[in-house]
Formats: sequence, structure tokens, C-alpha cells
Amino acid sequence: MTIVTETWVIFIRQMRQLVRNPVWVFFGLTQPILYLALFGPLLKNISGGGLGGSDSYKIFVPGLLLQLAIFGAGFAGFGIIQELREGVVDRQRVTPASRLALIMGRTMSNVVTIGVQAILLTLVAIPFGLRPNWGGAFVSIAVICVLSLGMAAASYTMGLILRDEDSFAPFVQGVTLPLLLLSGVLLPMTLAPTWLRRVSQVNPLSYVVDTVRALFRGDIASVTVAKGSLVTVGVAILLAWWATRRFQRNSA
Amino acid sequence: MTKSNLAIESRQLARSFKTKAGPVDAVKGVDFDVSDGEIVGLLGPNGAGKTTTLRMLTTLLTPSRGTALVAGADLITHSREVRRRIGYVAQIGAVPAPGTRLGEELITQARLQGMNKAAATDRLKALLPTLDLSGFEGRTLAEMSGGQRRRFDVALGLMHDPKLVFLDEPTTGLDPQSRANLWEHIRSLRDNHGVTIVLTTHYLDEADALADRLLVMDDGQIVADDTPEALKARVSGDVITVSVDGDLALAAKVAGEALAPRTNVVDGNKLVLTVERGDTAVPPLLRALDSAGLRLKSVQVHRPTLDDVFLTLTGRSLREDADG
Ligand SMILES: Nc1ncnc2c1ncn2[C@@H]1O[C@H](COP(=O)(O)OP(=O)(O)OP(=O)(O)O)[C@@H](O)[C@H]1O
Ligand SMILES: [Mg+2]
Repeated sequence: MTIVTETWVIFIRQMRQLVRNPVWVFFGLTQPILYLALFGPLLKNISGGGLGGSDSYKIFVPGLLLQLAIFGAGFAGFGIIQELREGVVDRQRVTPASRLALIMGRTMSNVVTIGVQAILLTLVAIPFGLRPNWGGAFVSIAVICVLSLGMAAASYTMGLILRDEDSFAPFVQGVTLPLLLLSGVLLPMTLAPTWLRRVSQVNPLSYVVDTVRALFRGDIASVTVAKGSLVTVGVAILLAWWATRRFQRNSA
Repeated sequence: MTKSNLAIESRQLARSFKTKAGPVDAVKGVDFDVSDGEIVGLLGPNGAGKTTTLRMLTTLLTPSRGTALVAGADLITHSREVRRRIGYVAQIGAVPAPGTRLGEELITQARLQGMNKAAATDRLKALLPTLDLSGFEGRTLAEMSGGQRRRFDVALGLMHDPKLVFLDEPTTGLDPQSRANLWEHIRSLRDNHGVTIVLTTHYLDEADALADRLLVMDDGQIVADDTPEALKARVSGDVITVSVDGDLALAAKVAGEALAPRTNVVDGNKLVLTVERGDTAVPPLLRALDSAGLRLKSVQVHRPTLDDVFLTLTGRSLREDADG
């Protein structure tokens, strides 16, 4: 049995559980639409930082995609805490299956989920007035998926370390919220005062947001995109590497 | 596999935990062997270290000290090989999340053990009837009774036909009928398939009925390692259990003077004495208690059970903790 088969077995198990949860399916799929329907209309009446007019969706939708990825992947580890209690984690750890497969099978289920939500969100934004560069939008979703992979893996490992929802939830909130706010997800950082912009420059997410926005605009062969893609891949590799190492050690 | 016919050789296996209240030495360096084809029972009260021992032997927990050879592979250096060769049934866990179905979970487990889909499906068909789970394949785990779920847990550990199986309190939560069936199944695993079995239990009758050999654990140590018969023989003679209206400590003192019993332990609201011959010991005991002004409520004479063994070994009763 190869690591690919093992990853697949875990992935399918997680996906089955997700799809069988009607509450999740409903809210998971309507959430992107809610953002567009309830927050999107506000964009029409602001101007500045490139906002206002039909182009504002090219700024707003990439932000939503990032937010989707950060929260979706950030809270991925929630489920493994329950699995610990049920004994699912132990029963899988006591098999010869690769530890990497145990965490990657789970992570891939989040990546696929976030990918589907991202595609849905982008498509739903069209009637609202989104006219992106389609090649760029496609690459954007790939970037979102890569980021989700690293973050979800890290989230699972944090779940195993903290072992308790009551510390896990505030931890994830505490980490993701400042990261999001300081990346210009909601409004572009060009609107920020200088000190805030400086802080945001050390936030890797800023580069991801900039990249996704550039891609939506169609500046595919730009320095921004090159830099952002490198940062995304780098961050994802770093997180996934840390996560699998810790996971392995926690479950030696 | 090595040539040795030992399924397990544990050498100074120890584990401590860091807790807020300070370090806990859960297992304090245990040495024991298990031969191929043996059924060994790990018996002890809550917190004795049974689960910790099992979790170390199944590679789930890294020992703080010591090592072991499990199914011929070194626990520390060849943990993956150990995992390939063993089955593990954990102590009862939380209610499973909705959306997990019995058949799928068992096949997932078998596949992680390295079986292909066809082999896993065949194995599922063969295994379910033996655990009274026929027709449950499509059942959601959250919708099953505690006992049914427990049998599912056992099935998880047996899907890949391991030659060495660890069971942590396998019969907890089962009705007497299912319990007897599972005992039967465990015996047949050994008798018909040569499987070596290590199980933990609080139940003396279970240990007595099932195990070829018992490791009695208390406070992280193995306090006795012998067959149930030999252990009972250690408490040779008879056991007298007395309850009185009045001070038990005084009763113990009085009984001690009157009989010079081999052991003399206050266990809850009873006084437990072991003596050479119960029948001749009772009359002088009654007289002594009477003249000390202690009114007798009941007196029982019986052959020693494993509970008495545990009591004499540790000074504490096993039964008290059994439901804790
Ligand atoms: N993860 C842990 N962290 C801290 N202490 C632990 C941990 N696991 C076990 N212990 C402690 O180690 C000791 C032995 O626990 P263990 O679970 O091995 O007992 P046990 O014999 O299986 O008991 P029971 O019959 O209740 O299942 C206990 O004092 C327990 O509190
Ligand atoms: Mg236990």
C-alpha cells in the first residue's frame, strides 16, 4: 500500500462524513453567497484605494477567497479533537500507514472543500458584476488551495497539541484575525496609515492577497505575482513540514 | 520474526507523565514475557497503569524508559513493523460522530492495515457474524448501542487477522450474553488461529475464566505474575469475611489475637481474614468477638477468589474500584 492509497483512504473517509452532514453542506455552500449578497452591495458607495465602480469586485472577491481559505483551513483541526476522543486517531495511528498520509488525507479534504467553495464564490460573483481575467482567476484558486494545504495541516497538528476545543478556538481566532486584518483582505492596505502598512509588510498573507488581486486584474506575469506565489508556496511548505513533523512526533 | 517463541518481551518499560500537579509515574519499569499463543490478563484497579502499558506496547505512547520486543520487532527502532503485526482494541471512547458507518469504518481500517479493497470486503463478511454484527454494515455508529459499538471496536482490531492482539477492557459495557460470546470468540482466536492475546480487565471472573496467566498491576508495577490457579493457591486456606456492629479496627485486633490469621485486612465495611481452616476457625472467632462486645452481623467462609488474592497482594480490594 503506497502513501498515495493511504492518503486517498483517509481523504474519502473525511469527505464522506462531510457530505453526509446536511447542515455543513448547506452553510458551507451558502456562506460565500452570503458574503457577496450582504456585503458586496456596500462596495458601490465607497471610493478610494481602487474601490468603487465595477472594478471593486476584482478587489473584493480575492479578499473573500482569502478569508474563506484562512478560516476554512484554520479551523480544520477542530474535527480532529473529536476524533481523538472517539479513538479514531489512535486506531489509525496503530496501523502501519504513513503518518504523512494520516494528516495529508485530512488536509486534502479541506483543500478540496475550500477549492469548491472558492470556485462557487467566483462564479456567483459574476452576476454581481465581477469580470476577472479568467486565467488569473483560475491560477488564484490554485494559490488559495496551496495556502489552504499548509494552513490546514498546521491546524490539525495544533488540534493534536491543544486537544481541547476551548483552547483551540480562541487560539485559531487569535492567530487568524490579526493576520487577516493586517493583510488588507477586507479593504486594500493602500487605505491604511503608514505604520499599519509597515506592519502589514511583514505579514506573508499580504503578499498572497496582492497576488490574487493582481491575478484577477490580469497582471499575471508581474513581479507581485511572482513574489506572492513564492511566499505562498514557501509558507505552505513550511507549515506542512512543521505540521507533519510535529504530528509524527506526537504520534511516534 | 526472530526465532524466539515469545510474543512480547518487556524490559523495564516505564512511562511518566508531566501534569500540572507534578510528574505521574504511570508505569514504573515493568518486566514480563508473553509466549506465543498465550492469553495473558492484565488485572488491576483504576489508574494501575494497564492502559499506559498497552499504549506503549502498541507504539501509541513512547516509553520514558526501557524497551520491548513485540511480535518479534523492536518497539522503539521498528515501530512500524510492530504495527503491521498487532491488533489493538482501545478502551471505550466517546460516541462516534454522525456520518460514520460500521462497514466503511472497518474497511478503512483494513485498508490502512495494508489490505486491498476486495480482501477487506471479504474479511468484513467473514468477521461480522462471529461478533454478532451481521447486517450492521450500513448502520451509523452513532445510532448503535454501547455494546454493539464495543463489538465494532473489537472488530476494528481483528480486521487484518493479526497474530498478536491487545484488548483494553474488551467486555466493558456488554450484557452477559455478549460477554460470554466475546469470551468464546477470544478463546477461539487462540485455539483455532494461534493468536496471542493480551487483555486488561477489572473483572476477576473474566480474568479467571479467560487468562492462562495474570499480571496483577498496582500503582504502575506488576505485583504478581502467575496463573490464576497459582495465584489463588497463594492465598491457601480459606477466607473468612466478617461484618460487625461496631469498630472494625477493634474487631481486627480481636480476631488477630484469637486466630493468628495469615492475613487480616479491613476492606470497606468488612474484615477479611485468611486462615488455614475456615470451619474450625469460626467458633473461637465468634466467641472472641462476642466477649469484646462486638455484635456479629454476618460471617462467610469461602475459597479464595482472585479478589482475595488482590487484597492480600496490595491491601486493597479490586472490586471497590471496578465501577469507578
Ligand atoms: N495522558 C496522561 N497524562 C497524565 N497522566 C496520565 C495520562 N494517562 C494516564 N495518566 C495517569 O497514569 C496513571 C495510569 O493510568 P492508566 O490509564 O494506565 O490506568 P489504567 O490501569 O488503565 O486504569 P483504568 O482501569 O481506569 O483504565 C493514572 O494515574 C493516570 O492518571
Ligand atoms: Mg485503562
